[in-house]
Amino acid sequence: MFKATIYVNYKPSVLDPKAEVIKKTLGRLGQTNVASVLVGKYFELTLSADSKEAAEQQVDRICDEMLANVNMESYRYDVAAVTA
Amino acid sequence: MKAAVLSFPGSNCDADLLWAIRDICGEEAEMVAANHTDLSGFDLVLVPGGFSYGDYLRSGAIAKFAPVMTALKAFADAGGYVIGICNGFQILTEAGLLPGALQWNQSLQFICEPEPLVVANNQTAFSTAYRADQTITLPIAHGEGNYYADPATLAALEANGQVVFRYAHNPNGSLNDIAGVTNARGNVLGMMPHPERAVEALLGGTDGLGVFQSLIHATKGATTVAAN
Repeated sequence: MFKATIYVNYKPSVLDPKAEVIKKTLGRLGQTNVASVLVGKYFELTLSADSKEAAEQQVDRICDEMLANVNMESYRYDVAAVTA
Repeated sequence: MKAAVLSFPGSNCDADLLWAIRDICGEEAEMVAANHTDLSGFDLVLVPGGFSYGDYLRSGAIAKFAPVMTALKAFADAGGYVIGICNGFQILTEAGLLPGALQWNQSLQFICEPEPLVVANNQTAFSTAYRADQTITLPIAHGEGNYYADPATLAALEANGQVVFRYAHNPNGSLNDIAGVTNARGNVLGMMPHPERAVEALLGGTDGLGVFQSLIHATKGATTVAAN
């Protein structure tokens, strides 16, 4: 079995209003040295596959098709073998 | 003219669209559930607003995998007229039938207001009933209507005249004030404002009628519609 940890977030070219609000509020709380905030989604998938490479290819497809909207989001992931 | 109104679990403007087509425009319309796989016999498909599949993951991200979407893609590929309103617009962008994406409103607020729009292109199948640059008022009701597309896509949209409606006073941060866009071929439109909520005086206005009148004329092969 393999465990994929997947992070999806807006591309840098997309202004994320939620991240802006968090950053502004941090500033109001005195955390004025916070230069940037990135908000994203985190997924964990456990899947069976013949190899780590096969699992990675499948996770890549899943991200493209469903977990990310590649028009405005980018994604990255790690795949590691786990004991079932 | 026979229209299909798609209905996903969580759609909530489907009955309004049926009302607009049947009761106001006097044309045939049928509700088609999301698990149907056949759209043959229809001249027009309307994708309604609402919160399909609870808007889980992203607005429209689950709806794009509904069985009816395969039939919808084939219908659009064959040149059939498709309009997606609000959540319907979000579904069509997620499904790749329209360029760009809808992001959270810049204010992070759900906005429910009558909104003035400018008809940016009245030469599309969806807008011939309007005058060029006519200002109309349609209700908007969305939290994620902030239109985004990368600079190259935006430039192409503008060059091809694919922007059909623009906000007069941009309420949500949409790039280029875009409220409604078509695909390159011009047979698929997505718009955040709700024309079906402005089809009779009792609802507060009739500025939305032009969208349906334009489409009905387009499906009947007419080339011009009198400006209203």
